[in-house]
Amino acid sequence: MHRFWRWLADHWVLAVGLLVLAYLFLPILVVFLLSLNRPTSRLSYDLSAQWTLDYWLHPFATAGIGDALRVSVGIALVATVLATVLGTLMAFAMARHRFRGRATANVLVFLPMATPEVVLGSSLLALFVTLRVPLGFWTVVVAHVLFCLSFVVVTVKARLAGLDPRLQEAAMDLYADEWQTFRRVTLPLVLPGVAAAAMLSLSLSFDDFIITNFNSGTTVTFPMFVWGAAQRGIPREVNVIGTAVFLLAFVLVLVVQLRGRRKARVV
Amino acid sequence: MTAAVGAAAGAATPGGPPPVPVEAVAGRRRRRLTPYLLLLPGGLWLLLFFVVPSVQLAGTSLYDRSGSLETGYSQTFAFVNYLDAIGAYWPHLLRSAGYAGIATVICLVLGYPLAYAIAHKAGRWRTLLLVCVIAPFFTTFLVRTLAWKSILSDNGPVVGVLRAVPFVPDDFRLLATPAAVVCGLVYNFLPFMVLPLYASLERLDGRLLEAAGDLYAKPVTTFRWVTLPLSMPGVVAGTLLTFIPAAGDYINAELLGTPNQYMVGNVIDSAFLVRLDYPQAAALSFLLMATILVMVLSYVRAAGTEEVV
Amino acid sequence: MAEDLVLTGVTKRFGTMTAVDELSLTVPQGSFFALLGASGCGKTTTLRMVAGLEEPSVGTIRLGDQDITALRPYRRPVNTVFQSYALFPHLDIGENIAFGLRRRGRRDVAAKVAEMLELVQLPGYEKRRPAQLSGGQQQRVALARALVNEPRVLLLDEPLGALDLKLRRQMQIELKRIQTEVGTTFLHVTHDQEEAMWMADTVAVMNEGRIEQQGAPTDIYEFPVNPFVSNFLGQSNLFAAEVAGRSGADLELTAHGARFAAPAARARSTEGRVWLGVRPEKVRLTAPGEPAPAGHNQVRGVLTDTCYAGVSTEYLLRTPWDQEMSVFSANQSAGEPLAPGTEVVAYWYPAHSFVLDRPAGSGDEVAQYAADPLGVAP
Repeated sequence: MHRFWRWLADHWVLAVGLLVLAYLFLPILVVFLLSLNRPTSRLSYDLSAQWTLDYWLHPFATAGIGDALRVSVGIALVATVLATVLGTLMAFAMARHRFRGRATANVLVFLPMATPEVVLGSSLLALFVTLRVPLGFWTVVVAHVLFCLSFVVVTVKARLAGLDPRLQEAAMDLYADEWQTFRRVTLPLVLPGVAAAAMLSLSLSFDDFIITNFNSGTTVTFPMFVWGAAQRGIPREVNVIGTAVFLLAFVLVLVVQLRGRRKARVV
Repeated sequence: MTAAVGAAAGAATPGGPPPVPVEAVAGRRRRRLTPYLLLLPGGLWLLLFFVVPSVQLAGTSLYDRSGSLETGYSQTFAFVNYLDAIGAYWPHLLRSAGYAGIATVICLVLGYPLAYAIAHKAGRWRTLLLVCVIAPFFTTFLVRTLAWKSILSDNGPVVGVLRAVPFVPDDFRLLATPAAVVCGLVYNFLPFMVLPLYASLERLDGRLLEAAGDLYAKPVTTFRWVTLPLSMPGVVAGTLLTFIPAAGDYINAELLGTPNQYMVGNVIDSAFLVRLDYPQAAALSFLLMATILVMVLSYVRAAGTEEVV
Repeated sequence: MAEDLVLTGVTKRFGTMTAVDELSLTVPQGSFFALLGASGCGKTTTLRMVAGLEEPSVGTIRLGDQDITALRPYRRPVNTVFQSYALFPHLDIGENIAFGLRRRGRRDVAAKVAEMLELVQLPGYEKRRPAQLSGGQQQRVALARALVNEPRVLLLDEPLGALDLKLRRQMQIELKRIQTEVGTTFLHVTHDQEEAMWMADTVAVMNEGRIEQQGAPTDIYEFPVNPFVSNFLGQSNLFAAEVAGRSGADLELTAHGARFAAPAARARSTEGRVWLGVRPEKVRLTAPGEPAPAGHNQVRGVLTDTCYAGVSTEYLLRTPWDQEMSVFSANQSAGEPLAPGTEVVAYWYPAHSFVLDRPAGSGDEVAQYAADPLGVAP
């Protein structure tokens, strides 16, 4: 016991940090418990005394849930690829070049992050309505790329800023032309940043409800499905999928990070 | 150094440059064009799907409200739309600013120790903890918020414990109160606070803290005069990234509150999607933006930083 | 000399700042050439222009009969050892060294890499990562990575700056050995005058974007061209003097009321205002109360500081006209060094004096050059 207090005195910041982390994980624990729990009535979303594995065995039993998941994953993948490519190019331009209009470009990238999702979503909807673009998969992709783009630019830019410019000079000095320097030195060194940016886009896109709600028309993403179901009682399979995606992403990110760390050991 | 290289490559050379092979000139021009080519696709995307709609929305906010989607709108520069919107929804605007402000402060208080612990106390667990901060994103915003609804519900664990405390009335409840909405906002936007904070704290050299200790600074003093000022860019970025989405959010108010806790986002959502009152919805959007801008600018001035991104 | 590196009238401006000012320089093929100067004197900028990492604002750079002024870095037969080594952290040592070979599609990469690692005495290190190597080892890898390409000129940008003293000495000897072995032209930038003298066959002293003096280390040291060089490369005692006349091969000088002699052959200026200079190690001190031997230049003074440095003792004495003078005395005999406060006479052979021009307006004091008489400051 004495030891514990001693540890706490030395590590109270860490202890507080872990408590905050526990707060972040509390709802996830509840989601997990709910996925193992049979509700007392259709509308009930509280824990009952009945435990079951049914929902984990048949996660797509409720109609529409599998389709919604597929749509969400599809949109997230397409939007992530587009946002990552476009954002990485922009980050390169802004971190590696001085040019006229650089400040304007900075503001243009920052503004979407500073705009609330309702405003982003509603103004895009107004544009689509005016242009008579049918709402659906692609309008959602357009919207998601828009808000992921800024996050990609910021993330990749930070990585580029931490890169020693002398490494590129050394490559050029060793007979690598501009393209080879990019391909052999810059890109491999920036890749962890790009991967982090892609991961962030993926999660932002998969998670988004507000902007999607404005621009999806009749297309139902997973968050849209949950929203719709919330009115008539949420099927517990939603919790299965929530937990499963969380675990999958967690393991994936962890593996990528650990592999990256072992491979690079840059520091 | 790169700055100098770039500047030198771009600058004309006074005093007459020596004759340069044609190939080199073409190369130099290509290099000057490179940033624009790199910016082009992303820039176009932002221009087309962000700038243009924003301008259009500004136009819409001044339409005559008596029109509709079927009959069409006429542009009458009806600034009165703004007055109408403020008159009808000023409590929602205030609530948005207030709830988001409180939630941001709590996020800062909770997020700072977490970010600091990850950056300087976690050792080899750093990566794992960082992943833990991002991971909740994948459980879907809505599902997590619904889980909060369950946690805070009248027969949930938190209320149960609190009601057992003496002097807490038996009809005490959390759900459908401003506290529940703020709690949800804090929860949902905490990672946006932690990540930038972490980024700036991680860059902090541990030796600086030791140097401060060596110069007779107590831990509190070190924090006040070394750690905090050096992490200020992270604090500012985190605050903005938390406050802005929180001010525009309406899911937490919808799921954890009642119409008495509705924020301006709820109103914009219903004006756009239910009442189809586009001019008013647009006016409200701009009012929200203006509220945010005023708060952000006064905050940034107070924080004394201009580095935002 | 078909392969000399020749810079002609090269100027580099960054905005309003002139880093390199109409510099002309010839680096003979196969030489070990040191560009010596304090930080900010333009030496690194000069090196970067030769590497192609900066473009001169004015002037040309030629290598043999090829004009390389505007050539991109990857098109020049020139390689660099960077100050911070700039090893690619994502590649192992083998791939770092093979980088240039692979870009040019050379064969036998593995054999050449192994041979290079042998040369820099790191055999079998191919699979290690840069972060796993010590500073000295990284430095060798950086050298191998540049040399393996068989450049016509190897550029070294303060390559030993990050190493501790002992390792530095060792690497200096090693670099010299390698240069002799491969016969490549080495252009070495450094702020360390000892390093420059140790290694280079030609040293160019740079100051404010210009070259002050260029030549063999002994020539520059023994007969510097101006007060800056006389105190940048080693230290000098400089006395404000006037030329009074001539006697045979010697100049007769007066300084602060005393008469001195110096060989006319060692004078940059033979009339009017001059500096009379002598290196501290050429000066000897009389024992207290003893006169100085005849036929020497002499200065009386009081010792103000005595610094025992093992191989030698460094004395500081104050002259009657209140100038500080430093004297290095080799510790050849046993016995206590002289104590501060002792009255002594400092004397030296006239042949060890040198005479520099002292244009009007440059003052009688030498404070700006004698601020650090013991050479304590780097």
